[in-house]
Amino acid sequence: MLKTFPTGGVHPPENKLTAAIPIEYLPVPPSVVIPLSQHIGAPAVPVVSKGDYIRTGQVIGTGKGFVSANIHSSVSGKVNKIDFVSDSGGFKQNAVYIDAEGDEWLDTIDRSKEIKREISLSGEDIIKKCLESGIVGLGGATFPSHVKLSVPTGKKCEVLIINGVECEPYLTSDHRLMLEKGEEVLVGVTILMKALNVSRAMIGIENNKPDAIGHMSELASSFSGISVHPLKVKYPQGAEKQLIKALTGREVPSGKLPLDVGAVVHNVGTAFAVYEAVQKNKPLFERVVTVTGTFVSKPGNYIVRTGTPLSLLIEAAGGIPENTGKIINGGPMMGKAVSNTDVPVVKGMSGVILVPFGESVRKETEPCIRCAKCVEACPLNLEPYLLMTLSERSLFERAENERITDCMECGSCSYTCPASRPLLDYIRLGKSTVIRMARERNLK
Amino acid sequence: MSNLLNVSPSPHVHGKESTQKLMLNVVIALIPAFITSVFYFGIGAIIVTATSVASCLIFEYLIQRFVFRKPLSITDGSALVTGILLAFNLPSNIPVFIVIIGSFISIAVAKMTFGGLGNNPFNPALVGRVFMLISFPVQMTTWPVPKGFGTGYTDAVTGATPLAIVKEGLKNGEPLSKLMEMIPTPSQMFLGDMGGSMGEVAAIALLIGFIYLLYKKVITWHIPVAVVASMAVFTGILWFVNPEKNADPMFHILAGGVLLGAIFMATDYVTSPMVPKSMLIYGCGIGIITVIIRVYGAYPEGVSFAILIMNAFVPLMNAYIKPKRFGEEVKNG
Repeated sequence: MLKTFPTGGVHPPENKLTAAIPIEYLPVPPSVVIPLSQHIGAPAVPVVSKGDYIRTGQVIGTGKGFVSANIHSSVSGKVNKIDFVSDSGGFKQNAVYIDAEGDEWLDTIDRSKEIKREISLSGEDIIKKCLESGIVGLGGATFPSHVKLSVPTGKKCEVLIINGVECEPYLTSDHRLMLEKGEEVLVGVTILMKALNVSRAMIGIENNKPDAIGHMSELASSFSGISVHPLKVKYPQGAEKQLIKALTGREVPSGKLPLDVGAVVHNVGTAFAVYEAVQKNKPLFERVVTVTGTFVSKPGNYIVRTGTPLSLLIEAAGGIPENTGKIINGGPMMGKAVSNTDVPVVKGMSGVILVPFGESVRKETEPCIRCAKCVEACPLNLEPYLLMTLSERSLFERAENERITDCMECGSCSYTCPASRPLLDYIRLGKSTVIRMARERNLK
Repeated sequence: MSNLLNVSPSPHVHGKESTQKLMLNVVIALIPAFITSVFYFGIGAIIVTATSVASCLIFEYLIQRFVFRKPLSITDGSALVTGILLAFNLPSNIPVFIVIIGSFISIAVAKMTFGGLGNNPFNPALVGRVFMLISFPVQMTTWPVPKGFGTGYTDAVTGATPLAIVKEGLKNGEPLSKLMEMIPTPSQMFLGDMGGSMGEVAAIALLIGFIYLLYKKVITWHIPVAVVASMAVFTGILWFVNPEKNADPMFHILAGGVLLGAIFMATDYVTSPMVPKSMLIYGCGIGIITVIIRVYGAYPEGVSFAILIMNAFVPLMNAYIKPKRFGEEVKNG
């Protein structure tokens, strides 16, 4: 029996159309718009001004405070302006506009193809390097990695968990990365182990990627302490708490962090970025993005510079199909629909899905028949039907007692609901209200 | 492509499940039981089922159209299921007008007065059935003997159900061993060759339906298994204590409406609990109340009443019995 997390979860059609398509480099765009907040935490502060000539990999924004991240230029050229841009979520935020001229990298970046396995930096220096290089979690949450690597005194990390699950349908960027850059990823994992001072790392990969499991297991045999674990295909296995449960059997208590059960989770994409930062001195300014969709003529996996307009990336994949009704940034279960294709590619963008019109419209909501399928599907054992009703009727205190804030918004409830009820929409509303209420209560 | 993109919150995909499909699967699961009822009771089974289904659909349509004045949702299949289940709880020779009255109670009173699908606290088909049982006790307990497909609608030979034979006999002080000779053998009962409501007789057909429902993930095992297991344990204890006065568990499970009730009526989504723990309690409650009614009560059969009584506890269970949340009382080793 393959391991998985014990309760809840759904299995949407996988649709991994691009699993066999090798990663391709997208040409350097003529101009980029690099948002200064591509991570969770405080936005970076710009350190360049209009007219400055900057090189690829140069810092253009420095992190403000501990929970923040540096931002680097992804092209060389002149700063056109520093102005607002609508990010993929529709929010306005500060960004650096750069017109590209050539592609002149900083001299400090090692651009050779050779794989460097010896790690010369100490644990502390590794964390510092991650901070300098603007490394954030590339699984989608974009939490600054140096924060996750700095284990507070009194806590101990016993095992590093590497997320190669890629449980979202359609996305294959992590899958391709493991196949093509497997060794680099493993060196990255070793670096992370050194930073965390652990001797054991577990890589979880879902069983729908047998080639990646085989490849990574074979490579891992020459690395000490790293093991590869095939997992049963089930969404949302890539969620931190579910992955820890599946691999170690430990359950992260509600409201606590993985470190409270001695685990730290990083994504394979992050491990690769850490490798590049530590071994090659290359900051994070490009990443693998899957561009896909049933009607996309040239779906693929592309290495894209941050700040590239989405439209250029989609053009490389053959343009927007005629019947497109929705464009998703991320996976279909947790991704965000974008309102236009001018938004820039950012560090957290793992995929772009072009959804045909028919599938882009929701079915009409019907009355709840109390079938309990949402309760069955919830990986956190909440009662989505009840949380929705409580939020709908503004009974937020009761929703709090029913632990609405535990919800991680995986969408399994809405996915499974036969009456097509907007469960998660209402739960989000209730959750944010409850969080706000709790904050106000704490201020008193 | 139009220049406007749809923007909506995640998830952006939806499972293929729908209310209509679930109801249709229940109907498919009921087909084996329908075939056996026609096989044993003939044309009457078809007449009663057709009447019940047609009148349930018509009442639902009329109320939605003229009282609710909202978009029609008659195609969701819920009234169809109620109609079939109501028919399956009736004798096959019952007069048509009684069936129509029962359908009216099921749909208009038990379902639509509460606001329609999803809001009714009690199982509509059972409310209809119990109403008929109390209002028309003679017609509702005149059971045709299974004589095969050629049986006409009104000329059926009637006889008592195995449960009634045992209940009456024990009341008159006859020994159980003698009574057991008067009723069909367990294998006959398993195949449905006995008097009773048209849909309840054939255990084999109902079990096929159960397996189909589990396979299609329409229901979970919790409620049916809890009902049958709790009945088996309770009647087993009584039988062990006094085998001359109490029938064996096998008899109790195969006779009457236990399997129809456990598989199709107690698992009705709207009126059953939401959490597995509650489902088990609810199922056990049904099993125990059924045995109490059968052994100590006035009626030979108690499944309908047991389910309706436990329906009343469902809101309470939903409010107070909670699943163990992920990350609650953690044991890490």
